[in-house]
Amino acid sequence: MFKKFSPSSDVSGQTSLKSSVQRSIRTSLLSQWKVESETVEQIWPKKESLTLVKCRDHISIYTFHGEPLFFQHFDGPFYPTLRLLHKYPFLLPMVRIDRGAIRFLLAGAHMMCPGLTSAGGYLPPADAAMPAGTPVAIYAEGKEHAVGIGITKLDTEEMKKVNKDVGVETVTYIGDDLWALQTL
Amino acid sequence: MASQEEPVAGPAQPIAPIQVLYCGVCTFPVEYCEFGSHLKKCKEWLQKEHPDLYEKYYSEEALQAKLGTLSLEAQTKLEKDTAKKEEKAEAKAEAALKKKMASRVTIKRIERNKRKHVTAIHGLEAFGVDLKKAAKFFAQKFATGASVTKNTQGFDEIVVQGDVSGDIVEMIEDQVGLLKGVPKDNVVEVEEKKKGGGGA
Repeated sequence: MFKKFSPSSDVSGQTSLKSSVQRSIRTSLLSQWKVESETVEQIWPKKESLTLVKCRDHISIYTFHGEPLFFQHFDGPFYPTLRLLHKYPFLLPMVRIDRGAIRFLLAGAHMMCPGLTSAGGYLPPADAAMPAGTPVAIYAEGKEHAVGIGITKLDTEEMKKVNKDVGVETVTYIGDDLWALQTL
Repeated sequence: MASQEEPVAGPAQPIAPIQVLYCGVCTFPVEYCEFGSHLKKCKEWLQKEHPDLYEKYYSEEALQAKLGTLSLEAQTKLEKDTAKKEEKAEAKAEAALKKKMASRVTIKRIERNKRKHVTAIHGLEAFGVDLKKAAKFFAQKFATGASVTKNTQGFDEIVVQGDVSGDIVEMIEDQVGLLKGVPKDNVVEVEEKKKGGGGA
């Protein structure tokens, strides 16, 4: 989503949000992420307002003091930015890819099922299976921090069964243009 | 470096953020430098700034441990790829620098109406000058209007009202504030007269 993104041409406008909209964002963050309200309060204090940065293709990035915190495509789920995820790694459920897949991920490719199901990869066990369309943090074998953020294309159980084609669609990854963008 | 404790979600305790160390060269978290395009420089940087971490990531044992998880063939291929990428990035950086040094800043005096002129400055962005801020700065300095506009070729340029070309050249020579880093040898002054000999 952010493989090519330049603020000068892709941003169409910045506005600060109405407080009612902010309230609804806060509640949806709390329901979508595995996070306590106190932590959200720490990331984004109630008193301070968010800025909505509208971008091409219906991407909205929400910034706080100029720093992108999370983003959203259309009315879809909220994704934290990678820097935020590094600070609070528990925000999203995790999957892990094997070592061979890292360099493809860092080139912006979507994650194929075999990379997730192999020995170096990790998918949640059957009793914690995730449905398709769940935002996930993508970790890498032997690494400590998340390398990307994606959205599941298949049920995690289905991934194990089919073991072919795209399992997790990459949304943002280390080194893409959103990563390069430290302030907006 | 961040502590690796599992964050415990206490009921009323905000969870402290984990500070991740990012590489000063490629901005990746240091463990991902090996996939970046300037591994050599990253290594040097890490060795200098955080020697203990350098040991952790690039010591013999660490490299051995990594080898274990991947077939030898894939590993050599990866290494080759990395070297190639590194080379490419270096060449690219060099070319960019060359281009930067060769690019010109044009200061154009455009005649509007006999004795009235505007000054268009083009090419400042190649030297990392924020055009909007520079325009504001000029407006304040000369007490005139100054704006960033697209010229006919579609490039952004600063247009300052009034003939200030001489002053701007001087400012670049003195490296005033915002204009720092613009080499004065690259500055070209141009004059543009109205067609038809000034319309007498």
